[in-house]
Amino acid sequence: MSNTFAKRQVIPGFGITMGYTVTYLSLIVLIPLAALFIKSAGLGWDDFWKAVWNPRVIASYKLTFGASLVAAIVNAVCGFVVAWTLVRYKFPGKAIIDAMIDLPFALPTAVSGIALTAVYSSHGWFGQYLEPLGIKVAYTPLGITLALVFIGLPFVVRTLQPALADLERESEEAAASLGANRFQTFTRVILPTILPALLTGFALSLARAIGEYGSVVFISGNMPMRTEITSLLIISKLEQYDTAGAAAISVVMLIASFGLLLAINMLQHLAGRRYTAGA
Amino acid sequence: MKSFQKFATSLLLAGLFASWAGCGSSGASSSDGAKERITLLNVSYDPTRELYEEVNAEFEKQYEEKTGTPIKVEQSHGGAGKQARAVIDGLKADVLTLAIAYDIDQVSELTQLFPKDWQKRLDNNSCPYTSTIVFLVRSGNPKQIKDWDDLVKEGVEVITPNPKTSGGARYNYLGAWGYALKKFGNDEQKARDFVKKLYENVPVLGSGARDSTTTFVQREQGDVLITWENEALLALKELGPEKFEIVVPSISILAEPPVTVVDKNAAAHGAQEAAQAYLEYLYSPAGQKLAAKHFYRPSLEQHADPEDLKRFQEVELFDVDDVFGGWSEAQAKHFNDGGIFDVIQEEIASSK
Repeated sequence: MSNTFAKRQVIPGFGITMGYTVTYLSLIVLIPLAALFIKSAGLGWDDFWKAVWNPRVIASYKLTFGASLVAAIVNAVCGFVVAWTLVRYKFPGKAIIDAMIDLPFALPTAVSGIALTAVYSSHGWFGQYLEPLGIKVAYTPLGITLALVFIGLPFVVRTLQPALADLERESEEAAASLGANRFQTFTRVILPTILPALLTGFALSLARAIGEYGSVVFISGNMPMRTEITSLLIISKLEQYDTAGAAAISVVMLIASFGLLLAINMLQHLAGRRYTAGA
Repeated sequence: MKSFQKFATSLLLAGLFASWAGCGSSGASSSDGAKERITLLNVSYDPTRELYEEVNAEFEKQYEEKTGTPIKVEQSHGGAGKQARAVIDGLKADVLTLAIAYDIDQVSELTQLFPKDWQKRLDNNSCPYTSTIVFLVRSGNPKQIKDWDDLVKEGVEVITPNPKTSGGARYNYLGAWGYALKKFGNDEQKARDFVKKLYENVPVLGSGARDSTTTFVQREQGDVLITWENEALLALKELGPEKFEIVVPSISILAEPPVTVVDKNAAAHGAQEAAQAYLEYLYSPAGQKLAAKHFYRPSLEQHADPEDLKRFQEVELFDVDDVFGGWSEAQAKHFNDGGIFDVIQEEIASSK
């Protein structure tokens, strides 16, 4: 461990930078989050459990985390394809498409929610053709997932693009000349190289989806036990001036999200190490 | 690039100018001995936006003529619950004009900025204007919806917001409950069953009133929208009366959006008198005329334009105090976590 500190760094002064990091993080992230914990601590164990562990809230956890996971997986796959296209090929209008990727970041989430609902509800552009096929999108978990895919896409694309740009074509050619077929080249050469970036994008997209509110409430229908997301339950607690209860549910979400992100970080670490070790 | 630079520069200048102007407006009497300008902040809820834009312009003129003091009324709008919480968390409102008394009660209780009996301070339960709950149906009323009874029929889809997240939607729920009580001779169990049947017909619970209106009007979901009368009349005006019709039920609930001065906030910058005058203006002939024009029922009908009054159909009304023993009680029994609405929803969900 000590040699990491002893190594000469470009920016000198580990003490100063570390101190700055801790202070900054505390002010921006940790202290407000600590306030959440303190707020919910006012409840006492019994009330805390009642607030965070009843059938309706559990149903919302399942939906929120489930839909967010599915959306993040979809984004990882589709985002990879989009990033690949943007990095590897030249085509007219590329700059415009590249700029469009960031739109879900820029739009107020309510706008995305209303737009998606307009398109996918039973009288919308797509909805009117999907409904006869028995596919209901708006006001179902499918619609919620769709909204989460929409807001999460830029994370995957933007984290993958630099990694793909760094990928040298020569290594693919080398693989091919050594007799690897396309599939092997992809799984043995390309994927290991970009896996850490892909995981980062996946994690960001997942984290964002778990906390999303604005774009989802319009397309979800907010039916208790079926299409209520956890953020909505937090808001409804606040409407009753039950700040402690709202904080309690937030704390559960926070711990769960942190656990997920930590796990993904570990995975990333492993993936990165395996690749550099040349396994 | 050139044009971008120009744009950025002008933005910067505009910002500087605004901050300079902002500093200027915060007091400092001008040299010729004119009185200091007062700024009032009216924290209101969503549907009153258009009403208060007009009220404020008229009031500012009238107040300055009367007192010689220039005044500016600023507005803040949002969901009623959110707005109340903002004031609890320190937004310096001088007057509150919200959708339900419960939200103002909470502000009083949690901040002590004004007395608990605030609602007794102005006429008509501190409501310069009222409204009621009506139904909006599609043109020609294809499902023949005439009264609350028709909302619990098989095959009727009802759109209404979630009373847990929308203050206004609590009136929709209580309206149905009050109707059922009257119909079944005050039998609570039967009223509960009636309301449960109604919510079984609700495919989508909007998070707020405008959200549900959009779902019904633009997404074309459902057969009937339960809504405040002022929202229904506004929807008719905005969208053309050929697409929708308003159905007024046989009996409905009196919706009372009350107003109050936030004493300590107003007193802190010497605006108590102005805030009081502002609320009194709402009761004046001019204020009443504007309320009716913006689809609220004026509390003093004689001041409103008869043309505007024609829009309000006669309907028998009951109020929250008489039927439900006041807002605090209704909130605790029906809408808080584990209340009747929650239980009903869980029963519906588990039967599907």
